[in-house]
Amino acid sequence: MSFLAAIDQHLPVIVVLAPLLGAVLVALVRVEIASWPIAVLAALISAAAAFRLVFVVEQLGVVSYRLGGFAPELGIEYRVDAVNVLILLVVTAVSLVTLLYARQSVAAEIDGGRVPWFYAMMLVAMAGLLGMAITGDAFNAFVFLEISSLSTYTLIALGRDRRALVAAYQYLIVGTIGATFYVIGVGLLYLATGTLNLALIVERLPDVVSPRALIAAEAFILVGIALKLALFPLHAWLPNAYGYAPSAATVLLASTATKVAVYLMARFLFGVFGIHVEIGPVSVTGVLILLSLAAMFVASLAAVFQRDVKRLLAFSSVAQIGYITLGLALANPAGLTGAFLHIVNHALMKGAAFMAIGAVLLRCGSSRLDDLAGIGRTMPATAVALTIAGLGLIGVPGTSGFVSKWYLVLGAFDDGKGWLAFMIVASSVIAVLYVGRLLEVVWFREPGKAALAASEAPLSMLLPTLLLAGLTIFFGIDAEMPARLAGAAATVLLGGHP
Amino acid sequence: MSLVAMLASEATRFTIVLVMVAGLYIVIARNNLIKKLVGLSLFQSSVYLLYLLPGKIFGGTAPIIDPRFDVYANPLPHVLILTAIVVGIGTLALGLALAIRIKEAYGTIEEDEVLAKDRGPAGAAARKAGPRG
Amino acid sequence: MRRDIVLRVAAKFIMAPLMLFALYVQFHGDYGPGGGFQAGVIAAAGVILYALINGLAAAQRLVSMALVERLIPAGVLIYAAVGLVSMALGGNFLDYNPLAHDPVHGQEWGVFLVEAGVFLTVFSSMIAIYYAFASRRAS
Repeated sequence: MSFLAAIDQHLPVIVVLAPLLGAVLVALVRVEIASWPIAVLAALISAAAAFRLVFVVEQLGVVSYRLGGFAPELGIEYRVDAVNVLILLVVTAVSLVTLLYARQSVAAEIDGGRVPWFYAMMLVAMAGLLGMAITGDAFNAFVFLEISSLSTYTLIALGRDRRALVAAYQYLIVGTIGATFYVIGVGLLYLATGTLNLALIVERLPDVVSPRALIAAEAFILVGIALKLALFPLHAWLPNAYGYAPSAATVLLASTATKVAVYLMARFLFGVFGIHVEIGPVSVTGVLILLSLAAMFVASLAAVFQRDVKRLLAFSSVAQIGYITLGLALANPAGLTGAFLHIVNHALMKGAAFMAIGAVLLRCGSSRLDDLAGIGRTMPATAVALTIAGLGLIGVPGTSGFVSKWYLVLGAFDDGKGWLAFMIVASSVIAVLYVGRLLEVVWFREPGKAALAASEAPLSMLLPTLLLAGLTIFFGIDAEMPARLAGAAATVLLGGHP
Repeated sequence: MSLVAMLASEATRFTIVLVMVAGLYIVIARNNLIKKLVGLSLFQSSVYLLYLLPGKIFGGTAPIIDPRFDVYANPLPHVLILTAIVVGIGTLALGLALAIRIKEAYGTIEEDEVLAKDRGPAGAAARKAGPRG
Repeated sequence: MRRDIVLRVAAKFIMAPLMLFALYVQFHGDYGPGGGFQAGVIAAAGVILYALINGLAAAQRLVSMALVERLIPAGVLIYAAVGLVSMALGGNFLDYNPLAHDPVHGQEWGVFLVEAGVFLTVFSSMIAIYYAFASRRAS
């Protein structure tokens, strides 16, 4: 009892510490065979802690953890409430499944000597993302942002193709500009309020005399985060980065990295600045709705014309992020619930889709759309998972993608914006085009030479893929659990108590 | 004294913005991968100055407790910027490493030439060689 | 590599004070400017100077790449271990107060150990970056 209580007390730090220590151990041991078990164990501990935190947060509302025992004015505070506990759960759970999946994919795609480094970087990226989500300190969030970013650049550069290097370099430039913009904004906030703790900043904001400093701070912070979450039109880095990264890294990035950035944006928009505050003459929600719509349509259209499946799915990610930011911009309970549901669901769907493509890449050696022809006959289970994920991306009833879009449509009607609801449905039609093109090739084309030679993916890769695909179906039929957590998150963001 | 102090503080602000914009301009306008990284470093350096500015108190001494002094500079921004500098070093080292690998894989560090080499059928053939080295 | 006698003799004279200064900065960090970051960089500069004068191979005989790659995570491990010990002793993560019989000594011990970890990681990271760049063959 007392031991468990002691663990409960330290849960917030355990979530971040487990992957960080795991990374250190992997780098210290540096034996290829030992890397994967250590990584999985670290992710398992982190996921268990996050799962336990969900219950603790439901009881207590807010869990605060002071690193080093310092007061929030001086030190760093980890602050977990209904909003970020959901993000923690998604990131840890998907990372764990990704690591379970990764073993054979990594063995095939990464040179032997680099395998331990690869796992270490995966764990560091995970720790960075979790830290960004859990911290209540604006500058600490920057440090974790850079920790996750630097490890991400490394992961992308480890891809087989030489274009992976260029993709990593371009992402490094854009990502660093984004992070620096964020830190400029935080610096201006610090100048105005004299503190870096988000809760204290909120308390002191009314006393700030110069609204101009706040406007500049908000603009810098939002643009900086928008670069990291690939908000249209700042998404140019994403398709290359996802397209050329090693499969396991793509799964991790696509299902977690942008989501944490979305969370950070939601935290600043709702928790600090207030969503309805205008930046000078510009309304934040108006701009966000406009950019979200552009992302939904333009990126979906771009996805239709891609010849590589990984790039197709990457453009689809940009479009799906548009749905999430649209939910934020609606700023009502249904819309926000939809946004957070879509964070969960998109992590599952995109995770499953990229895992399936990773399995195809392992067996066929290519992710070009033409080389996937007829893969449904030789790799049926993988193709089924890909199909389910694709249907989820469209938002077909019975998949979780439908539930989140349903909430978004509800949110649009609640806001009196029926035309937005129409746009959501209309953009889903474009999703039908790119998913349909993919499924047509997979199921109805005559298999090519590579596809005929391929055999079903190994069980260690197939099971995680099917698990995520199965969850997509399960949450499409019984969305009670994620909808409750997302609803609680929406309530807290809008200033209520769950 | 007060006028000098005010001018000095405005001058620092002016410098900060100048360095910031110059760095960002280099990142966007230069084609050379190394020069872009130089610009990025410059851009980041301006942020270090931005943070250090409020930490400095006129007449204040280094924050080491000593009975002879009672006005100290605020140590917190320095600590924050120490962290940011380390992050900047990591970014720069990684960026330079990537630039070297790109040079080995493509034979050039001019961005437009790198991108041009991946277009067309010649690029597809060369890509097979991969960046390993 | 041409061995310039002036450089080699001068480097020999600089090396020892450099290392000593690094240790001074490391241990004086409690009372004045200094600490693991600065000391690590100074000590690494000593090794890099040695590599510049005597060649990479000679430096790697002194401090091997394998050692450097182990020291980087080892330093982080020391840092994290301090935090874990403070958790085991009933404090929060990285709360140094419970590390000794009274809080002041606890803080001193905590900072001392953490800075030792920082020193190792910064020292070895700097050398690792130098080795990684210097060992590339010009293409």
